[in-house]
Amino acid sequence: MVYPYIPHTDEDRKKMLDAIGVASIEELYEGLTEELMLSDSVPISHGRSEDEVLRMITSIAQRNSKGIPFLGCGCYDHLIPSTVQALANLPSFVTAYTPYQAEMSQGLLQAIYEFQSMICEITGMDVSNASLYDGANAASEAASLMIHAKRKATTVLVSSTIHPFALQVLTTWATGAGHRIRLVSEHLGVADFSQLDAEITDDVAGLIVQSPNRYGFLEDYSGIAQRLHERGCLFAISSDLLSLAMQKSPAEWDADIAVGDTQALGIPLGFGGPSCGYMAVTKALMRKIPGRIVGATVDAQGRKGYTLTLQAREQHIKREHATSNVCSNQALAALMTTIHLSSLGWGGMVEAAQQSYVKAHYLAYHLAQLPGISLIWDSPFWCEFPLVFSDAKRMRKFLQELRNEDIFAGVRLSSLTRKPQDELVLLVAVTEKRSREELELYLAAARRVMK
Amino acid sequence: MDSIPQELKYSKDHEWVRLENDKAFVGITDHAQSELGEIVFVELPPIGERFNKDEEISTVESVKAASAIINPIEGVVVEVNEDLDGSPELVNTDCYKNYLYALESFSRSDYDELLNATDYGAYLESL
Repeated sequence: MVYPYIPHTDEDRKKMLDAIGVASIEELYEGLTEELMLSDSVPISHGRSEDEVLRMITSIAQRNSKGIPFLGCGCYDHLIPSTVQALANLPSFVTAYTPYQAEMSQGLLQAIYEFQSMICEITGMDVSNASLYDGANAASEAASLMIHAKRKATTVLVSSTIHPFALQVLTTWATGAGHRIRLVSEHLGVADFSQLDAEITDDVAGLIVQSPNRYGFLEDYSGIAQRLHERGCLFAISSDLLSLAMQKSPAEWDADIAVGDTQALGIPLGFGGPSCGYMAVTKALMRKIPGRIVGATVDAQGRKGYTLTLQAREQHIKREHATSNVCSNQALAALMTTIHLSSLGWGGMVEAAQQSYVKAHYLAYHLAQLPGISLIWDSPFWCEFPLVFSDAKRMRKFLQELRNEDIFAGVRLSSLTRKPQDELVLLVAVTEKRSREELELYLAAARRVMK
Repeated sequence: MDSIPQELKYSKDHEWVRLENDKAFVGITDHAQSELGEIVFVELPPIGERFNKDEEISTVESVKAASAIINPIEGVVVEVNEDLDGSPELVNTDCYKNYLYALESFSRSDYDELLNATDYGAYLESL
């Protein structure tokens, strides 16, 4: 049997035990009482060889059903140039653990610096951090920043149209930290700001919104930043990074904080993860943005170099006064986004966003002609839209018919929200990767069911 | 030896207070600035807000630490030292000339409870 992952031989173990002066492993654990020790009957199977494990995993993987995905809901099947995997898989990137002697790893720091520069360029913000785990994590860090930026604030307003998972993470954050999340209601699938002035009470630190929102709709934030700023509150917008090639940037809406996922740019689907979150802020919030930040500088000989900077607010310096406990980032996924963007350039990014838009609208237009399904709301959308079915039976039949054609027709919104009012809503996402043939296949199957 | 001007009052959190025309000016002591080292950023408190005694009012960042400034007497912030925005190192240069902020309608009893120079000096000795 070969166990390539266990490097120690019996001889190695004996040397180590000799060095600390105990005769056996059992003697080492002598101080532990009986009930703390595991008995022999731990219900796990014996170890297997590398080859056996590979065969087992492969056979499990082969049970995956394949199909053409029109699935989205925060995770999208966009084109990824092969340069991304080829470069991101270099051992120096793949195997690198978080650099504790950060400045020794100039290559990694430079890659992060490039990522930050791209995030700033795309969002229009002044300062970006080195990435966060995902968009939901970034939203909770935005909430945390808001609370700490305004004295005596306890509450963050959140649009009820943000992604259900982001709302879950925000709720978890608030529960643990003793803060409050208050929802801003929605109307016709977009956030309803008609009561906003009354909703901004003295305990409110700021507002978090999302566009494209949980239904795929683009939201209008005219005048929102001003209404918040007049009351000393901050404004955060969450967006799919690729969508910013086509919609107004957070900076253009005068937001203080931009957050979201970069998954659409270079990160493949993998059962919903891993993703990569971004977070960027205005210069005024430079010393409050959480996480790692890489800065460019020159060394003693005047050569360009990179360094971790602005760490004063972090827990290893500020201890219990730290305003965030994020100590890591999503470096490899951020690198994939960076390579992806370098390969595409602005032009390629805009084209991917535009093609997604055009194809999504083509499909939506033709589906809306069919009886029994409608695009309930008239709001503008980008690459994802909600179809509403007249009844549950037809919805099931529709999903089954398309499944028979190897098409994943969409995500049932209720599977994320568990709300009865979302039962008949199907979210359909179309990216630039879907071919004309795939769109026609979808439509043909849909026409067969919905007649 | 840390400099401790006679005419000022002090808190155990190493802030000094100077009264001038109904205002109380607040800064950090020589001991505090030398412990912090080279100061790179001073966060100034919001004007017009009332802060309690012992409330965290701002942050001073140096190359080696970030320290909370603990407001020594209750009052309303009426002035902040804008010079520190661009030149935070002025606190290192002359910590008694370069105040951080000034309070009005402050608590006289809080002020009276502060240490005088002799007692603050003795307190430093005891650390």
